[in-house]
Amino acid sequence: MMALNAMQIFMQLPKTNCGKCGFPTCLAFAMQLANQKTSLDSCPDISDAGRGALEGAAAPPIKKVKFGPAGAEVEIGDETEMFRHDKKFFHPTLLCQVISDDDGDLEGKASKAKDYEFDRIGQVMNLDTVAVRASGDVGKFKESAEKVNSLAGKPMILMADDAGTIEGAARSLASARPLLYRATQDNWEAMAGLAAELKLPLVVYCEDLNGLAELSDKVKGKGVGDIVLDFGPTKLGDALRNLTILRRSAIKKKFRPFGFPVLLETSATDPGLMGALGVAKYASIVLFESVPVSTIYPIMTLRQNIYTDPQKPLQMEAKVYDISGPTNENSPLMLTTNFSLTYFIVRGDIEKSKIPSKLLVVDTEGLSVMTAFAAEKLTAEGVAAFIKKLGLEESVAQKSIIIPGQIARMSGSLEEESGWKVIVGPRDSSGLPKFLKTQTS
Amino acid sequence: MVFEIPKEKWSGSIREITLGATKEEGGTRTSKVIIGGSSALPYLNFEGSAGRKAALFMDVLDTLPVDFPSVVKEEFGDAINDPVSWAKKCVEFGAEGICLKLVSTNPEGEGVGNEDAVNTLKGVLGAVGVPLIVYGSGHFDNDTKLMEMVSEAGKGERLLLGSAEEDWYKSIAVASMANGHRVIGFSNIDINLAKQIVILLKDFGIDLNNIVMDPLQAALGVGLEYSYSIIERIRLAALMGDNLLQAPIICDLSLAWGAPDVNEGDRLGDPVKRGIEWEADTGMSALVAGAELLVVRSPSVLRKMKQAVDELYPGGDE
Repeated sequence: MMALNAMQIFMQLPKTNCGKCGFPTCLAFAMQLANQKTSLDSCPDISDAGRGALEGAAAPPIKKVKFGPAGAEVEIGDETEMFRHDKKFFHPTLLCQVISDDDGDLEGKASKAKDYEFDRIGQVMNLDTVAVRASGDVGKFKESAEKVNSLAGKPMILMADDAGTIEGAARSLASARPLLYRATQDNWEAMAGLAAELKLPLVVYCEDLNGLAELSDKVKGKGVGDIVLDFGPTKLGDALRNLTILRRSAIKKKFRPFGFPVLLETSATDPGLMGALGVAKYASIVLFESVPVSTIYPIMTLRQNIYTDPQKPLQMEAKVYDISGPTNENSPLMLTTNFSLTYFIVRGDIEKSKIPSKLLVVDTEGLSVMTAFAAEKLTAEGVAAFIKKLGLEESVAQKSIIIPGQIARMSGSLEEESGWKVIVGPRDSSGLPKFLKTQTS
Repeated sequence: MVFEIPKEKWSGSIREITLGATKEEGGTRTSKVIIGGSSALPYLNFEGSAGRKAALFMDVLDTLPVDFPSVVKEEFGDAINDPVSWAKKCVEFGAEGICLKLVSTNPEGEGVGNEDAVNTLKGVLGAVGVPLIVYGSGHFDNDTKLMEMVSEAGKGERLLLGSAEEDWYKSIAVASMANGHRVIGFSNIDINLAKQIVILLKDFGIDLNNIVMDPLQAALGVGLEYSYSIIERIRLAALMGDNLLQAPIICDLSLAWGAPDVNEGDRLGDPVKRGIEWEADTGMSALVAGAELLVVRSPSVLRKMKQAVDELYPGGDE
């Protein structure tokens, strides 16, 4: 179904301008609905006929699906873009470790899942979920799932290919709201029945996209509202093409059977490459059979990069950083902005000099040096105040600061404001190694 | 269930560019590489041609910088101390071309003479049969002289010369035109500047069919998202018909090894594997964004990128 415009939506509303939806008029509400900024549920007085007519258009193109225990749940889906530069990607890809219920090291792996927590540029990166896969024995699966749930303390995926195997574990852990995996062409009635009864989200699997669309519709018809799509393990090319087709169908065609997040399997190829592809190209969950930090950490970093809001660049904490090893009160002090890219480039160039240095990172709301200076986010007053606030006169003996050559014009006013000596550095930080050597010699 | 694959209609396509010339064509290469040709988003052959397979070149430096990654050094062993042996090793590992960087010529660094560097180029040309990309040291004054000599020494070989920048493009353009070479237009993660350097080269007389674009591939974790989105935007603009942006894109993955996370010791898992994954993930994102040529550092990454390209390429999953 094509998206409706505000006027088409308005025609279906009560037109009472009662304001209960939080907007002053029905027309204002209709405009918000057209932009998918609010939900039809906010209107208490809409007729059933009106609701029926609008539901398709008002719902987001990709449904938001949540799983995991209340308070610690994870959210996926609810994406609106094909390209991150058009707005942003909203719900970062979940990385999931699969543990087989007959794995001799099940307890060790489950406990270790908690250790995958890394602080990078002020954001915590996690291994988000853990899955338990049934090997055949019903009792063992339930017991293993319960164990993993208590040891890992993460939102879970329960993996079995028949409802009889999954049922015990699903009932036992229902309050932890696991994601059930998976409805197939053979088992879908029983699986969908169980998921609907327990109100749990369900993975729907078919290798073929036509079959997947059909199955998604059937499962929804059984009363399962929260669906995750899965086309099984493939090579990289088919994964890229399938992921793109699913996303495009949902966003551009509003094809409802594909209006759900997608789970990606990595077992048919290099898991690192598939993980990277999934993060860049629309997967909401990526399953890994094993999770060495050396593979997972780079994928987490890629996820951080891709899911950064293009309007809000990654920002460093504003403070003094020690570069090239521990510094002392005689180490040179340099100035740059908190735009992460600028920081990393300057840091790299200082490291090349091998001279332990202090780098003062000031808050410019993520702007680079020249842009910040032009926009008056990098001012002599601001820098002087920050130097004072940090008490740098205590830790920098020479009371001098090196500023980027591009903002040489600031040197006079900064000297006045701060009382510090201001040294104009090279225009480009690539000149820093040479510059620092001449300064310190 | 009626389900139709949602296809985009594109009016543009990426230009095909041939690197390397065989004997019959006036060079001495035993193989050549053709890049570009796609008329769809990367590898989406259901809406157009996927064009040529992305080409995988390997990095060779005529002198090793002190901060050259030890992981890669160990993978190559002794061969890495001599650019000719290094280049041969790359071809043994499966590189389809060599990206030779004559960094030793920087008068502010090693300052090895241009003649020695050109002898290295001749040595590599003699030792391997694959096409070559040749860079100077980035020192504009010296590169002006060096590239003239490179152009002459590689006459007829259809080298790809790197790289023209807004502040320095005339001399490399002349070097490229003089002996039938191709040229890289470099820009610093900015779609407008990417277009600007193509315009400058074109206005100077370079045929658009001889220009490859380098929009700067930032490292994973250190600005990758900017490169990623610029490459996606360039590809979209090219497919929508912007003739100037229809040049194939080269992505050099070597910056990946400079990311601080790569040099973090054991805290973030096995440092050797992490470095390799770091370069590989940088490369993977470049491929799905729209890179037509990758310059790879590590032999392990070359293997991974080979697998990636083979699997991504439609019908190439065998």
